[in-house]
Amino acid sequence: MQNRSLISINDYSKEEILHVLDLAGEFEQNPSRDILKDKVIATLFFEPSTRTRLSFESAVNRLGGKIIGFTDSASSSSIKGESLKDTIKTVSNYSDLIVMRHPIEGSARYASEVAMVPVINAGDGANQHPTQTLLDLYSIRKTQESLDNLNLFIVGDLKYGRTVHSLIMAMAHFNATFWFISPKDLRIPLEYKLFLDQRGLKYYEQRDISDVVSEADIIYMTRVQKERFSDPIEYERIKNAYVLKSNMLQDTRKTMKILHPLPRVSEISTDVDDSEKAYYFIQALNGVYTRQAIISLILGLKN
Amino acid sequence: MEKNIKQLLVSAIKNGTVIDHIPANNLFSVINILGLYNIDNQITFGTNLESKKHGRKAIVKISDKFFVDDEINRIALAAPEAKLNIIRNYQVDEKRKVTVPDEFSGIVKCVNPKCITNNDEVKQKFRVISKKEVSLKCHYCEKITDQEHMVFI
Repeated sequence: MQNRSLISINDYSKEEILHVLDLAGEFEQNPSRDILKDKVIATLFFEPSTRTRLSFESAVNRLGGKIIGFTDSASSSSIKGESLKDTIKTVSNYSDLIVMRHPIEGSARYASEVAMVPVINAGDGANQHPTQTLLDLYSIRKTQESLDNLNLFIVGDLKYGRTVHSLIMAMAHFNATFWFISPKDLRIPLEYKLFLDQRGLKYYEQRDISDVVSEADIIYMTRVQKERFSDPIEYERIKNAYVLKSNMLQDTRKTMKILHPLPRVSEISTDVDDSEKAYYFIQALNGVYTRQAIISLILGLKN
Repeated sequence: MEKNIKQLLVSAIKNGTVIDHIPANNLFSVINILGLYNIDNQITFGTNLESKKHGRKAIVKISDKFFVDDEINRIALAAPEAKLNIIRNYQVDEKRKVTVPDEFSGIVKCVNPKCITNNDEVKQKFRVISKKEVSLKCHYCEKITDQEHMVFI
């Protein structure tokens, strides 16, 4: 994994995924060490993303590394018309690793081809966000003790949600059974169903969240965004059908956990936050350990 | 006899390559893909010719030009049924078919308007994930372009 860019969750094999998770566990035991002391990490955020950026920067800072970069394209030279290629080539002169978020899909793969240093994709439009997927897997394994044979309920925007698509790809390594719960307009795209068919994995599609959650090991909530609907009346009509409330948790498994990539808006009612089944804030913390593991593997500071 | 008259519509060549059974509406894509607008060889073509198999077809004859497989297989996306006759001294010396390559760059636009290849000076690059009903996965944005949405550059 040393010197290899991480652009898509498919860049890592099952064994490599598990290796990242093991190492993330080590960082959780001892998150502050000096192993990045001589390293400069560039965080290039061509669109703002407070959460992901702070998580990466926290990961680097706790390991003693230095950070350079910008937080939105208005403060980068791309506003002067510099091409992505030129920005990446220049920044690779200044850093040992580039973490990049960009609104254009495929931009991260392209950056990894022109950069002289490895690139970590921190989200390229609706395409990929592999470090999110790895921290989701870390959170699932930590709470369920294993990734194998789980019932995974994924709720909300399954059409555009990149975290959902990458999670499906990754969990397919571990014989998961999927329940897809979404409005009709935001159903899981056909290509993912074909992918699961090919792998011989079971999945079910539901319109309603409340029926079957008693089976769930993990409920993965995502945001249903108003902008995704061509008809605003349709949005008003269905939006409440995809909100998780504390009274819905009564019949769920004792070990069940609720995950959410955040930011949450209203799809998880705040009365759920106090439940021990609510895991989304710890999930965000796990992102720091997971990113520490990924960065130190790519820089060859850990084997 | 009728066959002879039809062949005369596109005159015979002494040496070179004849590409037959091109779908008529993709003739100019094939010309583009092979870069035929850019070479000095003598080229004759006919289009909207009747074909028993495909309705209307096109044919291209290029004098003194012999393609290597990698070069000619690039037209498989626009003309999957194309047949090549290699002509030497007015005789068909060899017949060849095209096969869809496993991966290629250029030729087709990625279907995703938000893909970097549609927004920056980055050349398209695809992996062929299905050859029967041709379906392409973009190397960059990972979206699928299927036959129905294929637009030739």
